[in-house]
Amino acid sequence: MYASGKYSSRGPALIPRMKTKHRIYYITLFSVVLLGLIATGMFQFWPHSIESAADWTLDKRSVHDAPLVRLSVSSLIPERGDLSCRMHTCFDVYRCGYNPKNRIKVYIYPLQKFVDELGVPISSTGLSREYNDLLSAISDSDFYTDDVTRACLFIPSIDVLNQNSLRIRETAQALAMLPRWDKGMNHLLFNMLPGGPPDYNTALDVPRDRVLLAGGGFSTWTYRQGYDVSIPVYSPLSADVELPERQPGPRRYFILSSQTAIHREYRAELERLKEENGEALLLLDKCSNLSQGAASARKRCFKGQIYDYPQILQESSFCVVLRGARLGQAALSDVLQAGCVPVILADSYILPFSEVLDWKRASVVIPEEKLSEMYTILKSIPHRQVEEMQRQAHWFWEAYFSSMKAIGLTTLQIINDRIYPYAARTYEQWNNPPVVKWSSVNSPLFLPLIPPRAPGFTAVVLTYDRVESLFRVITEISKVPSLAKLLVVWNNQNKSPPEESLWPKIGVPLKVVRTKENKLSNRFFPYDEIETEAVLAIDDDIIMLTSDELQFGYEVWREFPDRLVGYPGRLHLWDHEMGKWKYESEWTNEVSMVLTGAAFYHKYFSYVYTYKMPLDIKNWEYTHMNCEDIAMNFLVANITGKAPIKVTPRKKFKCPECTAIDGLSLDQTHMVERSECINKFASVFGTMPLKVVEHRADPVLYKDDFPEKLKSFPNIGSL
Amino acid sequence: MQAKKRYLTLFSAGACLILVFCFGGIQVPLARGPGRRDDRGVAGHRPGARWRHFPGSLQPFRRWEQDWSDDPDEHASPRGNRDANSGLYGGKRCRMDSCFNFTLCEKNGFKVYVYPQQKGEKMSESYQNILSSIEGSMFYTPDPGQACLFVLSLDTLDRDQLSPQYVHNLKAKVQSLHQWNGGRNHIIFNLYSGTWPDYTEDLGLDIGLAMLAKASISTENFRPGFDVSIPLFSKEHPRTGGERGYLKHNTIPPYRKYVLVFKGKRYLTGIGSDTRNALYHVHNSEDVVLLTTCKHGKDWQKHKDARCDRDNAEYDKYDYREMLYNSTFCLVPRGRRLGSFRFLEALQAACVPVMLSNGWELPFSEIIDWNTAAVIGDERLLLQVIPSTVRSIHQDKILSLRHQTQFLWEAYFNSVEKIVLTTLEIIQDRVLRHTSRSNLMWNSLPGGLFTLPQYSTYLGDFPFYYAKLGVKPYTKFTAIVHVVSPLVSQSQPVMKLLVAVAKSQYCAQVIVVWNCDKPLPAKHRWPVTSVPVIVIEGENKVISSRFLPYDTIPTDAVLSLDEDTVLSTTEVDFAFTVWLSFPDRIVGYPARSHFWDGSKERWGYTSKWTNDYSMVLTGAAIYHKYYHYLYTTYLPASLKSMVDQMSNCEDILMNFLVSSVSKLPPIKVTQKKQYKETMMGQSSRASRWADPDHFAQRQTCMNKFASWFGTMPLVHSQMRLDPVLFKDQVSILRKKYRDIERL
Repeated sequence: MYASGKYSSRGPALIPRMKTKHRIYYITLFSVVLLGLIATGMFQFWPHSIESAADWTLDKRSVHDAPLVRLSVSSLIPERGDLSCRMHTCFDVYRCGYNPKNRIKVYIYPLQKFVDELGVPISSTGLSREYNDLLSAISDSDFYTDDVTRACLFIPSIDVLNQNSLRIRETAQALAMLPRWDKGMNHLLFNMLPGGPPDYNTALDVPRDRVLLAGGGFSTWTYRQGYDVSIPVYSPLSADVELPERQPGPRRYFILSSQTAIHREYRAELERLKEENGEALLLLDKCSNLSQGAASARKRCFKGQIYDYPQILQESSFCVVLRGARLGQAALSDVLQAGCVPVILADSYILPFSEVLDWKRASVVIPEEKLSEMYTILKSIPHRQVEEMQRQAHWFWEAYFSSMKAIGLTTLQIINDRIYPYAARTYEQWNNPPVVKWSSVNSPLFLPLIPPRAPGFTAVVLTYDRVESLFRVITEISKVPSLAKLLVVWNNQNKSPPEESLWPKIGVPLKVVRTKENKLSNRFFPYDEIETEAVLAIDDDIIMLTSDELQFGYEVWREFPDRLVGYPGRLHLWDHEMGKWKYESEWTNEVSMVLTGAAFYHKYFSYVYTYKMPLDIKNWEYTHMNCEDIAMNFLVANITGKAPIKVTPRKKFKCPECTAIDGLSLDQTHMVERSECINKFASVFGTMPLKVVEHRADPVLYKDDFPEKLKSFPNIGSL
Repeated sequence: MQAKKRYLTLFSAGACLILVFCFGGIQVPLARGPGRRDDRGVAGHRPGARWRHFPGSLQPFRRWEQDWSDDPDEHASPRGNRDANSGLYGGKRCRMDSCFNFTLCEKNGFKVYVYPQQKGEKMSESYQNILSSIEGSMFYTPDPGQACLFVLSLDTLDRDQLSPQYVHNLKAKVQSLHQWNGGRNHIIFNLYSGTWPDYTEDLGLDIGLAMLAKASISTENFRPGFDVSIPLFSKEHPRTGGERGYLKHNTIPPYRKYVLVFKGKRYLTGIGSDTRNALYHVHNSEDVVLLTTCKHGKDWQKHKDARCDRDNAEYDKYDYREMLYNSTFCLVPRGRRLGSFRFLEALQAACVPVMLSNGWELPFSEIIDWNTAAVIGDERLLLQVIPSTVRSIHQDKILSLRHQTQFLWEAYFNSVEKIVLTTLEIIQDRVLRHTSRSNLMWNSLPGGLFTLPQYSTYLGDFPFYYAKLGVKPYTKFTAIVHVVSPLVSQSQPVMKLLVAVAKSQYCAQVIVVWNCDKPLPAKHRWPVTSVPVIVIEGENKVISSRFLPYDTIPTDAVLSLDEDTVLSTTEVDFAFTVWLSFPDRIVGYPARSHFWDGSKERWGYTSKWTNDYSMVLTGAAIYHKYYHYLYTTYLPASLKSMVDQMSNCEDILMNFLVSSVSKLPPIKVTQKKQYKETMMGQSSRASRWADPDHFAQRQTCMNKFASWFGTMPLVHSQMRLDPVLFKDQVSILRKKYRDIERL
C-alpha cells in the first residue's frame, strides 16, 4: 500500500511530456499496475487478519499449551543478586539511548512453560492472573515494543510474584535460559511476596544476577536505592470491592486494626491500648466461627460481632498496618482504598514507590517500639492534616495501587525517570491529587527577587494612525527616568510610519516595528527589541499619566515582578440573577484586573501570551477586537495565583466627562461585551483564576502632611 | 518513437517488478507463518508478538488459604528480630535501625555534643567553622550526658595522606575517646578521602558505627538513611551569612551567551580521566565551550598527549568567571573524586549544573530533589546525549531550574553553618520520624531550615504553602495586646483599643499579655466584648513573652498590639484583608527604615518619615502565628535575652526574622495620621520613646542582629497599600473603609 501511494504521486509529473495517444496507453497500463497493487494490499491485509485471529484462538488455549522448555540439572544458575548494583554499574543505558520521546522501550518474553528433567514445572501456579494482567497492561502501553533489538528493558514472562509457589533453583535456571539474559542486564522482575519461612527474607531469594527487582517488602538492607523499585503488595480485594466515595472528615473510630496475622506480642500491646482508650479503638481479628476461604477474607470480628471488610476501614481515621512475617502488607492497599490514614509500623520497611511518593503527606510511620505510644502520637496530629492525609491516601491508591496495571506502569515510569532524569515527572505531578493540581499554582518565576532598578523598562506603544497623539505620548514617556527604550508597534498595514526626521527627539533609543496584521495582541508579542525584563504596555492616547506616576509604577513592579501592575482597576462579579460573570468598572472597592492601556508586566508573560494562550481565546480576541487586556489578566492570574496591583488613584484613562458625550448606550454595549469576554475566558480556563483584592499601591507619603518637595513621587495624578 | 518504446518497456518492466515484489512480499511471510510458530518454542521469542491477555481461569498469585495459614506466631518475635538486626548489620551495612541508639535522644530531644578540643591538636579553619556552627546552634549541649549525637574535635576533614592538613594517628586518638562506644551516635565530617592514584573512600580510621557526613561519597559506600552526603566546599567558604545567588534578572528568552561551559583540569590518565578526556568532542568553541588544561602538578609535561598544547592554548583564551555568568548550563564532570568545586560555583551562579559523575550520591540527596535544579547526565552518554539534551530543554524549565539553583544555594549551601545545620536537621528528621519534614518543605521556599516540623507537620499551618496546595489561610485573627502599665481608668487607650479590635468582623479572640508588675486586675475590669478575652500573665514579665506561640491562638493570623496603640475597627479590618494576600509578611502601620551609615561603617536606624521603609513595628502589625514559633525557637538565646534586658528592639528582631525568611519587605498599610502624635503624647510609652537611650539602643540592636544573621536581611519598599478608593473625590458612601480617611 505504501509503495503504490508513492508511485501514483510520481505519475502525473511524467504524463504532460507525452502525446495524447501515448498518454492513454500509459494511463491504462498504470491503472493496471495500480489495480494490481491495490489487490496486493488487500491480499496482504486479509490473510494477515485471518492469521491473527487464528493466533488468538490458539493463544486462548495456550496458557497450558505454551511451548515446553526442559531444564537440565546442570543448566546454568545465575549469581545471587549483587547488592552493589546501581543504574550506572548494572544497567546498560546504551540500549535506551537518546530518544526524542524520552520513553524507554520494554520487551516482554513470550510465554514458555519451564519444567525440570522429570517434567515437574518450576512453579506451582504457573502464570498467575495478576501477572497476566500486569503483562497485558504493559503490552498495551506506550512503553511496549515487540522488537527485541530495540528494547531497553526486558520483562520475563516467568511469574515470580509469589516466592512460595516457586522452586528457587529451577526458576533461576529458567531465567538464565532467556535468550537475552546476559547476566540479567536490563531485566526487570516483579515480586510481591518475597522470602519464605522461617526467616522470611525481604527480597526475592531466586538467584538473579543483575536483575532490577520491583519488589514488595524490601527492607533498607536489601533495597538497592536508585536501582530497585519498591512496589506495593497487590490486594485482590481492589478488583472485587467497590467502596463508596467518602469525603475526608471525622470518622466513627479513631484507630482501627483489622489485620489478622498479627504476632501475639503486638496483639497484646494493641489490646493494652484498647483498654486504655476504649471506644476510640477498634481491634478486629478473623472470625473463628466462619469457615475458611475467600468469603471469610471479607469478614472481621470483635467479640462475636461481625464486620464487613474492607468496608469497616472507612469508619476509622487511622488504620494500623503492622508488619507480619513480611514487611509488605496487602492491607496497606485496602487501607488506602478506604481513605483511611495508614499508621505503618514496620521498621526498616521501604515504603512502596518511596522514590517518588511523599508518604509523609499520606501516612504516619511509627517505629515498632513506639506501638504503645501510638494513640498519643496520632492525637497530636492536627485535624486539617488528618483530612489532607485521608484525601492523599485515597489518591495514592487510585493512582498507584488500584490495579496491577497501575502498579506496573508506575514502576516503569520510575525507571523511565531515572534514565531520562531531565524529563522526569515532577514532585507535584506524582503527589498532587487532581483537585490540588487544579487549584494550586506553579509559576517558573517563584523566587522572591526584586530586580535592580538600573536596566529600566521598555515602553511598547501600540498605534494605528493617530500620529499626533502618539508623538505626544512618546514625548511624555521619555521624561520617565527609568525608561530604557521605546518600541512603537505600528499596527497599520496600509500606511507607513512617518519619516524618521518627523519623530520626536528623545534621550533613549526608539524603534518602530511594523506588524503583518492588525491584531490587538501584537502589543503583547515578545519582540527581540525588548531587552529588559519590565515592559510597559501603553496605548497611543494615554497622555495623562505623569512621569512620577509611571516611575512609581515601575518601582512597584520591581517589588512585584510576577504581577501585572497597572493604573485603572476593574472587577469581575458573579451575577446571581443571570448566573454568570459580570464586568464592573470604576468606583468599586475591589480590584481583580488592571487595564493594559498602561501597565507594567514581565516580558515572560508576553512570551506566554503569544505562545501558550489557548487558541480559543486568541481567536475570540481577534474576532471581537477587544478584551486582549482581560485575557492578559486571566493568563497572569492563572500562572501565579496572584491578584494584579493597582497603583495610584487613577480610575480611567479618558477624561471623566468624555463618557457622558459618548452616550450611555455605547458604554453599555461595551460593558456587555466585556462581560461576555470574562464568561468566555472563564469557560476556556475551566476555572476563574482572577483574584479580588481591596488595596492599591500608593507612594509611602501619598497625601501625607509632608513637604511635597521631599516626597519621591509628589506628582501622582488624580482620577 | 524508439525512445518512447524504450520508455514503455522500461516502464512496464518496472511496474512488473514492483508487482512481483509486492506479491512476493506477502508470499514470504505467509509461507513463513506456520514455521515461525515452531521456532518460537526454540528461540524463545517471536518478532511481532504482542503479549496477549490470556482470558479464562488463571489462579491468583496468592491464595487465601495460604494467607490464613501464615501462622503469626511461626515467625520469630519481632522484638527479638529488632535486637538481632543491630548485631547483624553493622559497619558497611549500618542503618539507623541497627547502628543508632534512639533512646539517647528521647529524654532531652536532639542535642549535639562536641568533644572538648585538646591542646596541641591542629585543626583546619573549615573544621573550626563546622564546630563553631554546631556550638552556636540550637542543638548544642555542653553536657555529654544529655547528648544524642557526638561530634569529634579531631579534624577529619582531610584524609588525604599527601595533604598537609592530614592528621596522623587519628585511629588511636578516636579509639581513646570516652564516649566513643564503637562510634555509636557519632558523626564524622569529611571532605577528602583517599589519595593518588586510586582515591579510595577510605578514611584511614575505623569509623565503626559512626555516621559519615562526607563529600564526594559514592552510592556504593553510601549507607542510605544513615550517612549524609555533603557538598565539597572550599577553605574560603564563609562560616555564616553567606553570599546570595547571582541571579538578578530573568531575561526572556532565558538563553545566555553560551549553552554549556566547563573549565578545568584534565588528568590524561588514571581514575576519573575518561570523561574529561572526552570533552573536546563536544566542544565547538561557539556556544558549547568545554576547556581543559593539562598544566597541573609538577611533571605534567611527562604525561602530555598530542592534544595538550592545543587545549592549553584554548584554555587560556577564556575567563572562567565570564563563562560562568554567561552560560545557561555548566558542566560538572567528576574530578579525581566524584564531587568537585564546580558544583557549588555553578549553583550560586544560577548556571544550571549538568552532572557527569556516575555513582556520586549528590549532596543532601536524602532531602533534595535534584531533578528540579540540575540536569543529571550519565558519563556513558556524554557524546550521544548531553549536547542534544541541554538544547532540548524548554524555556520554562530553564527558568524554574535556574530559580531552584538559587533557592537551594541560599537555603542550604551558602555558608558552612547552613551546610552543618542542614546535616543536623536531616539527622533530626530521622530521629523524630513521624514529626519530620515532608519533601515539599525541603524543596520549596523558604526551605527546611526555616520550616520546623515540631511546630506542625501540616503544610497548611505554615504561611508558605497556601498557593502550592491551593488552600487559604483561616480568615480570622487573634489580637495579642502587650500590657505593661496598670489599669487605672476605663478611658485608658488600651480599653478603647480592646473594644475597637474586638469589634472587627475578623477577630476570633483577644489575648492580653500582662507584663505589668502589678497583679492581674479582676475579670470585670476588662471591657465587655463579643469575642473572648484571655489574660495571660507574661512569662518572667519579659518583652519576648509577647511573641510566644501560645496554644490559645486558634488562628493563623496574629494582630500584635502595644497597649498605647490607637486603631479603629476599620483600620484593623483593612489591614487584615491585605494580610490575606501576603500571609508570609508583616503587614502593619508604623514603619521604620534602615540605612548604611558609610561614615561610621555600620547600619543606621531611622524613625523619620521617609519615602521608603524596611520595617513595620509590631506595636500594630499582623503576621502569621508561625513567626511566634520561629522567634521563640529559631533565634539564639543571646539575642532574645539582650532584647529582654533592654525591653527594646523586639520589633526590630521580628522584622529581621521575617525578612530573612521571606526575603521580602514588610507591607505598610495606610492609617489615620494622628497615630504618631497620640503615641508621642501617651504617658507610658512616651517615656520610652522620648528616652534618647532608647534610640541609641535600637541603633546598637540593628548592628548586633545584622552580625548574628551574617547579613542584612531587611529589604526596602517604596509603596504603601491603601484602600482602592482612598481619598478619592467620590461620595464617602461608596467607600468601604471610610474611617481611615476621617481625622
